[in-house]
Amino acid sequence: MFFRLIYQSFYRQRRNKLLAGIAIVFGVAVATAMIAVATDIGDKMNRELRAYGPNIVVYPQEETLGVEIGGVNLKPITSGAFLKESDLPKLKGIFWGHSITGFAPFLPVNVNAAIDNGGAEAGPVTVPVELIGTYFSKTMRFGKDDFVTGVRNVYPWWSVQGAWPQDDRPAKNQVEVLAGVQFANEHHLNVGDTLRVGERELGREFELKISGVLNSGGPQDRALVGPLALAQEIAGQPDAVREVYVSALTKPEDALARRNPSTMSPAMHDRWYCSPYANSIAFQINEALPYAHAEQIRQVAQNEGSVLARINGLMWLVTLAALLAAVLAVSAAMMNTLMARRREIGLMKALGATRTSVAALFLAEGAILAVVGGGAGFALGIFLAQRISLSIFGSAIHVEAALFPVVLLVSFLILLLGSAFALQRAARLDPTIVLRGDA
Amino acid sequence: MRPAKILLRLMLRSATVRRGRAVITLIAVAVAAAVTTAMLNLYVDMQAKLHHEFRSYGPNVVLTAKDGSSLPADVLARVDRELADRGTAVPVTYAAARTPQGEPVVAVGIDMERARKLNSWWSVTAWPSVPNSALIGSRAQAALSLDGQPLDLIFDGRLLHASIAGTLRTGGPEDNRVYLSQPDFSAWTRLQPSVIEIAVAGGPREIQEFIGKLAAQFPAAEVQPVRQIVEAEARVFDKTRSALLASVALIIATSFLCVLATLTSSVLDRRKDFAVMKALGATQVMASLLFAGESATLGAAGALLGYMTGIGVAALIGRINFHAGVEPRWAVFPAIFAGSVALTLVTAIVPITMLNRIQPAVILKGE
Repeated sequence: MFFRLIYQSFYRQRRNKLLAGIAIVFGVAVATAMIAVATDIGDKMNRELRAYGPNIVVYPQEETLGVEIGGVNLKPITSGAFLKESDLPKLKGIFWGHSITGFAPFLPVNVNAAIDNGGAEAGPVTVPVELIGTYFSKTMRFGKDDFVTGVRNVYPWWSVQGAWPQDDRPAKNQVEVLAGVQFANEHHLNVGDTLRVGERELGREFELKISGVLNSGGPQDRALVGPLALAQEIAGQPDAVREVYVSALTKPEDALARRNPSTMSPAMHDRWYCSPYANSIAFQINEALPYAHAEQIRQVAQNEGSVLARINGLMWLVTLAALLAAVLAVSAAMMNTLMARRREIGLMKALGATRTSVAALFLAEGAILAVVGGGAGFALGIFLAQRISLSIFGSAIHVEAALFPVVLLVSFLILLLGSAFALQRAARLDPTIVLRGDA
Repeated sequence: MRPAKILLRLMLRSATVRRGRAVITLIAVAVAAAVTTAMLNLYVDMQAKLHHEFRSYGPNVVLTAKDGSSLPADVLARVDRELADRGTAVPVTYAAARTPQGEPVVAVGIDMERARKLNSWWSVTAWPSVPNSALIGSRAQAALSLDGQPLDLIFDGRLLHASIAGTLRTGGPEDNRVYLSQPDFSAWTRLQPSVIEIAVAGGPREIQEFIGKLAAQFPAAEVQPVRQIVEAEARVFDKTRSALLASVALIIATSFLCVLATLTSSVLDRRKDFAVMKALGATQVMASLLFAGESATLGAAGALLGYMTGIGVAALIGRINFHAGVEPRWAVFPAIFAGSVALTLVTAIVPITMLNRIQPAVILKGE
């Protein structure tokens, strides 16, 4: 009897059930999609925020004071301590090595560049300029993994007119470099021009071919940027690096991150060490390179946390609104099925059905709708989340396996909450009023 | 009775007698309107809020005197006027000074109050509050090995003797420098500000416009955007906005569906009333008018109710997440109102026209 009632209810009221089903599918889909997007958006935004550039700087422990005004370095490079280039792959070997998305070493040297000014009688002009050695997009190896790093992924806003130079210079003494846009404009240099640096007498003269003009919006606009090996050779300092800028995915600072690690209890220190704060990553870099000093770049690291927290908070609040809308959609659909069948319920009650059996009938019907609609909604929701992620971030969403039960639970709660009101109304209906047609 | 009066009475009775239905419809419309209002309000306001949030990244425009020229004396006042509450401008002066031992160090003259506002990420142990006290970068402090001793600096043969108020730590080039307040600095070096760092709120187009205006006002200066900040901001902002827009669209679609389901079935539910009216001689237009009038009234009331709730919800979200209220956007109201009424009208008229094809007798017989 019970099953027949249910079967007949679905069979006779296809339109009504379809409407309720669509509402459930949509409600669950929206809830699923929003939860999936909201849990993943922190990660995605963290990657987007790397557009602000490196958030950790590494320099030699032995203090040397940079003297630089408006991008012009006033102090020659010969003095001071250096980092070792050969140690750089160790950066990927630290505990949070996989959250380091890239790093770029820098070695600036002051050179006098001889520019051939197109056959003017005075001969080549010699101008002092800073040459910055770095990695552009260098493939490195740590353990079994290859990774590509350099300014191209650490400074995504650098734009080059022309081509990026090669990191490995060919055997002959011609090396490709980038010319900063201000330097290039001042001396009328174009892509393809060459200039000479170094001392011929010492056999250390290099011909630099400008492969591109760099616009960085920073001090590099007044300099030449070339491969690290070139700067090392000019400086006569093999393996030397002045500073390394590291771009890492970090966790926004919280109360734990702001504490002084040296005063923490061992358990707390472990927790701090195993959280990817900018500070703990810097601490681990210090461990890997004991003669170096790593420090968070506060302008990037601090603000990253606050922006990330705001975006995350916003998405969660919007998700909450979506869940509410889903509950209401389901609730409205259930209410409608109830309203349309008041007479039927009245008749059932008049014939002796108890409140429980009426509720059970509705619950069973709801459950069928929930399983079918909820399942379809879940699939649709994951699909929607993928579409959103692909179109906004250009990468697929990463749905944690642990999320499935959560989403299912939430969908179930939505259905339960949405149906509760209708169920209660159904159980309480007074048959006499309904059958008389006064309701 | 005149038809208009009958119509009014019918509508009134329909609302009071069938209270359950009317309330459910009203709630559905109100909730949809509330959610839509809250989301649209939030969406519009969020852009300003996020831009404001991004301003904590510091200056995004830099005005520099061209080589060999200096900025006019009233430059700061003029920049402030151009900014008009949309941001902060900080005049900065650089000088390469030396310690008595001959160690070079960069000294910077800066408006401390404004710098504090602009560079919120600076970690400072104590800001200078008395004249002739300096803020020293952490690397500079270590290199000059001052243990709380006063600082001596020489520029152009003139000696500065300043106490150390606090240490500055940023992880950037600031760590190498010594910061002095603008009056102390210009009394010592006799230099006038050559750089103005500006943080201006707004999208890339607004910033470009602002740069254009400044460049026109100060032909002797270079006005440049800080590309690192401007471009990264544009990128992150666009993604956030798109994610929010997608969510808002989903939510609005859900609530729209909710209203659609409720209204359609509520009208279909009343096919008997409709049949009776027709059997008693009402024209199709008359009957449709009644149903449409009822629905539109519910829609209008729901829109009003929902709008008020929505404003509240948006303000609440703004307060929770951004610690600042969300200003109610009255401009959203006509759209919400018209949308609600139109939606209810459509969902009322369509089923009615469908019913019109059926003979009243068939409906009344209950088939």
